[in-house]
Amino acid sequence: MTIADQVTGSTIAGTAKPAEPRAAAPAISLPAIGERELRLDLFRGLALWLIFIDHLPTSLLTWFTIRNYGFSDATEIFIFISGYTAAFVYGRAMLEGGVVIATARILRRVWQIYVAHVFLFTIFLAEISYVATRFENPLYTEEMGIMDFLKQPDVTIVQALLLRFRPVNMDVLPLYIVLMLALPVILWSMRWKPDVTLGLSVVLYAVTWEYDLYFSAYPNGFWAFNPLAWQLLFVFGAWCALGGARRMSRILASPVTMWIAIAYIVAAFYVTLTWYLPQLSHLMPKRLEQWMYPIDKTDLDVLRFTHFLALAALTVRFLPRDWPGLKSPWLRPLILCGQHSLEIFCLGVFLAFAGHFILAEVSGGAVMHALISLSGILIMWGVAWVISWYKRVADKSGAKTKNAVGNADMAGGG
Amino acid sequence: MKARVLLSLILLCGGLAAPEARAGDAAPAAPAAPAACELPSYLLSSESQLPKVADAVKAGKPLEILVIGSRSTAIPASEDASYPARMQAILKDKLPPSEAVHVSVEIQSKKTAEEAAATFVKLMEAKRPTLVIWQTGTVDAIRAIDPDDFRGAVTEGVAALQNAGADVVLMNLQYSPRTETMISVPPYLDNMRVVAQEHDIPLFDRFAIMRQWNDQGQFDLFSPSRGPELAKQVHDCLGRALAQFVFDAAHLGPAQQQN
Repeated sequence: MTIADQVTGSTIAGTAKPAEPRAAAPAISLPAIGERELRLDLFRGLALWLIFIDHLPTSLLTWFTIRNYGFSDATEIFIFISGYTAAFVYGRAMLEGGVVIATARILRRVWQIYVAHVFLFTIFLAEISYVATRFENPLYTEEMGIMDFLKQPDVTIVQALLLRFRPVNMDVLPLYIVLMLALPVILWSMRWKPDVTLGLSVVLYAVTWEYDLYFSAYPNGFWAFNPLAWQLLFVFGAWCALGGARRMSRILASPVTMWIAIAYIVAAFYVTLTWYLPQLSHLMPKRLEQWMYPIDKTDLDVLRFTHFLALAALTVRFLPRDWPGLKSPWLRPLILCGQHSLEIFCLGVFLAFAGHFILAEVSGGAVMHALISLSGILIMWGVAWVISWYKRVADKSGAKTKNAVGNADMAGGG
Repeated sequence: MKARVLLSLILLCGGLAAPEARAGDAAPAAPAAPAACELPSYLLSSESQLPKVADAVKAGKPLEILVIGSRSTAIPASEDASYPARMQAILKDKLPPSEAVHVSVEIQSKKTAEEAAATFVKLMEAKRPTLVIWQTGTVDAIRAIDPDDFRGAVTEGVAALQNAGADVVLMNLQYSPRTETMISVPPYLDNMRVVAQEHDIPLFDRFAIMRQWNDQGQFDLFSPSRGPELAKQVHDCLGRALAQFVFDAAHLGPAQQQN
């Protein structure tokens, strides 16, 4: 417990110190937060765990992931919080250092994410090549056609570097890269007029739906997460971080909002239930079904977005910023993971690959499955702890020579 | 995906009670299936029917079945052991000796649903089958074809087959645990289910069936074995399951004939 407390103590200090003296400068409505928003870390950590579990084959644990209880899932949480923290960190950088410096730092971050993506792709290549050479069951000659791209490694690798060739489960980071690339423009525009920026984002979202805009992928098809649609969540997160959340606080506190949110979540839960219990589906009005389906994940369906909003509204209402539970050791693993989300996200994708591999090579029983899920989460926690420890040590030794502002980079984005 | 798992669990509980009696009723003449082929009955039942197959059998006309599929419909170098051939043998056993059953196979390797569907008009003119079993989805999943386009192509293909006067059974992808991280299968399974529902045609859920065998330990589908034995056993069971499925969907069982 003491160790964990120390870790947070240092993290808070790290981000807070540069913030406090300047938060008084009223250039734009940056929230005057002196303390790290632990709720963001908590839910981002949760999203990372859920994404990991969802990437493993179906098991009992899968039933604990939120996508089974409503329209939205962990991806929404991840992208929204990423928008929020990125705007928070780099918005401040833009105020303090100007547009050019902030842009440079954002681009450095984009580069980090890009390298992480390429790293994961390399692991994927190794895995698929292994299966291609070792696995020649005549039952699956057709499925081995997936290896065809190995015949043209030049094209495939270049397309992967261009983010156009993305294997299964490797869709989130490219989306994130594109969103971060747009962040300088978003922030610059937010500094000018936050509401107009949010409005433009909504317009882009609507235009994307109206004219069916998309990013094409290789060898065919399109990006599984359309950045032109998903930017809405990211920009909304940024807007909230830059004062929007505070201005909405009266709406969020109103009981009307609460009841609408509850009603919507219950309705969504019921609809989800009809997917699993088809006996219930005759209770669904045909008209509603025709209007509602398909609930599109690629283009961030409005139903998914509103479902996320409803969840967020309830969370903000019932989980206050100063809730003592946030400091409890039980939630520490989640918060730690959320604080190093890029590293832990990549680790999660890798662990999912490794988990598949073990299930295939050793055994695929339910016990093994549970063991893999559990140890995966423990490893994520352990690595997050080590990273925190390392940063604390590095910050201490570096503090004499280097301004602590550099630390904001680490706290943000990822 | 998730839907199927829970549904399977629920139906499994219900199904466990009944299958013994049912198997006994339905196929008195057929040789006992190997234990490895056992399946809960919900995986072999469909609410949709095969009226043309039923009519042909009732009228004593020969039953001409055409299996259109990609490479997973065949076992390399062992055609007689592949599921269409096995299905033909089992159907012959199950039906009266006077009933002629002929299964022909049209392998369209590396063709997407759209490319396969483009050949259907000519194919149907040449073969004039009573029943078409269309196995598809794998090539589309490998090439990550837009699932909406895939659904459109399957819809068109089914319509072409029906317009040519045949009953249609759709067969979805294989359960292939080794390639689970590399091929995204769920959208294609879901879309085939939707098309089957929209057209009220039976869907032979090969994916769920093979996963059932793997999960229950009847077959180890993770096996890297290079020999054809596993493939032959799985195809034998698939052929039996498919024969039973067609038999039930066309209401050819003895109980039905008494009515």
